[in-house]
Order: sequence, then C-alpha cells, then structure tokens
Amino acid sequence: MSAFYGSSIRSSWWLWSRLSWFFLYSNMVTALRTQKEVPISYDFLHDTAGFNLGESAIAFTCTDPIHRAMLVGLLNTFKVSITGIALATLLGTFIGVMRLSTNFLVSKIAWAYINVFRNIPPLLLLIFWYRAVFLKLPRVQEAIVFFDPVFPIYIANRGLFFPWGTPTESWSTYRWILLAGFVLAVFVAYRLRQHGKRTGRMPLVSLWFAVILLVVTLLGYVILPDPLEITKPALKGFNIRGGATLSLEFWGLLFVLVIYAAAYIAEAVRAGILSVDRGQREAARALGFSSFNIMRLIILPQAIRVVVPPLISYAIGFTKNTSLGLAIGYTDFFAITGGLILNNTGRAVETLTIILLVYLTISLIASLILNMYNRRIMLSH
Amino acid sequence: MNRNSAPARTEDPIIICRDVQKWFGKYHALKGISMEVMPQEVIVIFGPSGSGKSTFIRTINRLEAHQSGQIIVDGIELTHDVRNIERVRMETGMVFQQFNLFPHLTVMQNITYAPMYNRKWHRSKAEKVAMELLERVGIPEQAEKYPAQLSGGQQQRVAIARALAMQPKMMLFDEPTSALDPEMIKEVLDVMIELAQSGMTMIVITHEMGFARAVADRLFFFDEGLVVESGTPDELFNFPKEERSKQFLAQILSH
Repeated sequence: MSAFYGSSIRSSWWLWSRLSWFFLYSNMVTALRTQKEVPISYDFLHDTAGFNLGESAIAFTCTDPIHRAMLVGLLNTFKVSITGIALATLLGTFIGVMRLSTNFLVSKIAWAYINVFRNIPPLLLLIFWYRAVFLKLPRVQEAIVFFDPVFPIYIANRGLFFPWGTPTESWSTYRWILLAGFVLAVFVAYRLRQHGKRTGRMPLVSLWFAVILLVVTLLGYVILPDPLEITKPALKGFNIRGGATLSLEFWGLLFVLVIYAAAYIAEAVRAGILSVDRGQREAARALGFSSFNIMRLIILPQAIRVVVPPLISYAIGFTKNTSLGLAIGYTDFFAITGGLILNNTGRAVETLTIILLVYLTISLIASLILNMYNRRIMLSH
Repeated sequence: MNRNSAPARTEDPIIICRDVQKWFGKYHALKGISMEVMPQEVIVIFGPSGSGKSTFIRTINRLEAHQSGQIIVDGIELTHDVRNIERVRMETGMVFQQFNLFPHLTVMQNITYAPMYNRKWHRSKAEKVAMELLERVGIPEQAEKYPAQLSGGQQQRVAIARALAMQPKMMLFDEPTSALDPEMIKEVLDVMIELAQSGMTMIVITHEMGFARAVADRLFFFDEGLVVESGTPDELFNFPKEERSKQFLAQILSH
C-alpha cells in the first residue's frame, strides 16, 4: 500500500516537473518570437559598455566593450573568493581548534561564534554588518589611523587605505631578482625534501621556502636604488590620497563571507581532529614525540582526510556566495552582468545564460582541483 | 632468577614509586601505590577492572599525571617539566591493548619515525634496526604493508617492535593480549617471553597467568586503587594471604 502510494507520488512529481519545464521553455520561445526585433544574439558583447566601474583590477573605461566589463566582474569575484577562502580556512581552523580547547571559556566562545554565524542567513549578515558597522565608520576627515607614520593604515567609511609601491626604473631589474629568488627557493625546498626522504626526518620545507623568498626580497630591495616608490595615504582636502585602497564594499563582503564560512570550516576541522582516535596521541606521546610533531606527523595527516571533502563544498559555496555582493553594491561578476549589463541592454536570456555557465564552470573547475588533491591524500593511505 | 645471561643485579631500582595517588574528579583512582622495580625485573600486575592498574602503569610514563607521591624513572623524577617527561618516555616503551598503530603509515614507518625524529637517527640506521626487530617478532615480510592489512596478533607484534625501536630501558604492557582472538594470543606472548628472557625490564598488566608463571619475578594484585598483595608467582599462586586475592585468583585460575 505505502509502496504504491510512494511510487504514485514520485510519478506525479515526475510528470509535474516535466510539465513545468515544458511550460517555461515554450513560454520563453513564444516570448522571443513575439519580440521579433530582439532575437537571441551575443553581438551586444562587443558594444561599448557606457558605464564606469570603481572597482577594477584591470584598466577599464566606459568606452571599453561589454565583455571587458564582464571580465572586470569576474576578476572582482576571484579577488574576493581567493583571499576569502584562504582567510576563512585559517580562521576556521583556529576556531575549530579553540572549540576543542579544555579551557571552558575558550571553548564556549568558539561554540557561540559557530552557532551565531552559522544560523543567520548570509544575506542578512551582510546587510547588517554593512549598514550597522561599515557605513557607520568615521568620515575620511576623522579616519581611524593605525601605525602612523611608519605604515599608516586609514579606516574610514570610504574604505581601507594603506601604503603601496609604484614601480620605478630599477623595478625591471628587481623583477628578475625576485624571479631568481623564487627559483632558488624552489631549488632549496626540493633539495631539502630529498634530504628529508634520505635521512627520514622531514625538515620544515615550507618555512625554509618562505625564509629564502623573504631574504632575497629584502636583499634586492636594499641593494637596488628603491625599485618601488612607496606612497603613504594622507588626508588631502576632502579625500585620502596616495597608497592603495580597498573599497568598503570589498572588505565588507570579504569580512562577512569569511566569518560565515569560517563557522562551517571550524566544525569540519573539529570533526576531523575528533575523528582521530585518542589512542593515536597517546601512542605518539609514549614514543617521546613533541606535541608539535604529534600534530604534524600523526594527528593532522589523519584529520585532513576527514576535513578536505566538506572543505571542497565550502570553497565552492564561498565562490557562489560572492554574488551576494550585489546587495551592498560590490561589483562582482553577478552584479555587473546580471545587474548593470542586463539593465542597460535588456538581454535577459543571454546574460543569464552566461552567468549560469560561468558559475557552473568556476564551481566545476574548483571541485575538479580539490578532488584531485583529495584523491592524492586518500591514495597515500 | 631464570636468566643465565643476566648480569648480577647490584644496581639501584630503575623505577621508584612512593605513595602515588591520583584522583579523577572526586574518584580516588590510586590510593597510595609504592613499588620499586630493579633493572631486568619482570613485574606482572593483575586485578579486577577499575582497580587502578591501568591508571598506575600510565603514570609511569606520565600519560596520566599523579597528584601526590613521587615517581622516579631511570633517575628522573616526573614533574610538570616537559623535557623530563619526554626523556622518560624515550626510555620507556609502551604497548597498548588496542595496539594504536598509526594507520596512515606503513609498518616500516610506524617503527622508524620515533627513532628518526626523537633519537635523531639516520633513516638507513632506523630501517636496519626496524628490519632486525621485525625479524625478531617474526613478520619481516610485512614491512611495507599498512596496519589495516595485518591481523590483530601481527599488529600487536608491530606495536612491540615500534616500542623497542627506541631502544628503551624498560617496557610497559597495558593488557597487550586482551583485544586479541585466542589463537593470536600465543604469538604475542611468545614475543613477550623472549623479550623477558633477553633481560628487558618489564611491567605487564595481564591475566595470562601462564605467562606470569613462566617469566614474572614478582606479582602485584591491585584492587580499589591499592596493592592488596605482592610476591613471587609461587607465593601468590600457592599461598595467597589475603582473602580478596584468594577469591580473585580462584576465579581466574579456575578455567
């Protein structure tokens, strides 16, 4: 009886979903046929954009073509996603470890953090933080300044201002020094790995890599006559000039998506560490390992197998959530294509198809890369 | 002493425990345990579950911290000093009931990691010693396998080899055969008997009384966080003095 009932629900659902798909499709075709003057065409991509964009990683003016505006949006999406996923992983790991602390207060703070941020819709979080905190930052004239005068960072309701270097004549030489330093660091890291495999004790390869890069970077900077001209932000009239700026929208979006994703990542990290049996730590301690080496050699390699699969979905989710930037006016790919371009050209089907395909491609590539990584660590079991 | 190769024991005790006490919250797990173990001595501890025998053996390498009393291992007193704890752990091998092999490492890596990272041995030396130990416990052909591919008895023998690779001065065994199927118990006990006869100082928690009879120098009967009775196997098996020991021995020797 119940099996029959269940299957009839399933088949009617199947029928209804097919019917509604058909309805939507025929609706679209009819609508397009009646508007004879605008058949589906992607030629508009070569038209001039006609709008300016404040937030852009590449040069862009209103006379550039529309497809270049899309590229600007895509780069803005990547800018938030890549920095955000890295920061959320760090913060999430930190909070996940805090959650496991034996200290009552530390563990409860992490618990509260996770449960507050995980249980509020991200759009609400975003609008709340943007309106209640970021927009209420002081005006530029009264900006909050840190590390003045060595490395002045200005925080105001127009964004975050910080010192930045512009290339000078010796920059082209300095570039080669940086490249040489990178090659050297890769070489040393490779040799260290080989040495580690031979002797059995793996040195902290990534630490050495970072140290060599840093030393070469600093040495080159000292030897050459100022390859970069550092300009510091300073208040001039009604604005802050010099240095570089992160827009309020960028770091507002970044901040909210990071704290949101970190809550999920913290739970994944906690689950990963808890999945490693207590006896593993005890056996390692009994053999005289230091607590640092217990983490590095015994606990983390086992925990990471459990952490990586959910981390893959959170990374993809993060990338898709950047489209919420529309709500606070961050010009990411969705805001530019589905907002500005769609409104200016009226090409709904074309722009939305492009948006769909682009997000699908990004997500598929991201999951492909992370699944390859996942397979590698699973294989080494 | 049934060991002809053992030199005359004139040294000081290698493990000294004086009035060791331990609480878990309000629960008084160890109510003042005192014990001195001479080098090359084999001690067997037995008693009902919850008697504190496992907690006691774990205080000797400080997997559990004792709260009062004194524990001196190989001349080093165990306190909160982390360096002292790590020194004691390098001299004290431990074998667990659940084996606790590292599942992400091969048998060879399980054995070589500790001497390579903690004794700073070169890999070639560590692997040579590991192969010798695998020969000794009878499974040299399993070196490149992962723990999950081995039987319980084989895993426990790897765990013994892993502990021995650090060349410890003494070995602690926490019910090493309790998680094993009956047919695998003998292969592990044989390794332990060979180890005892080679002159290793050992503290073993076990209810394998055949093993105790064969190699133990002294037996300790634990109950409710106290040593109820101790003595040679002959004294305890044939002439137990305390009523509690008589009851318990009657139960475990009856079958």
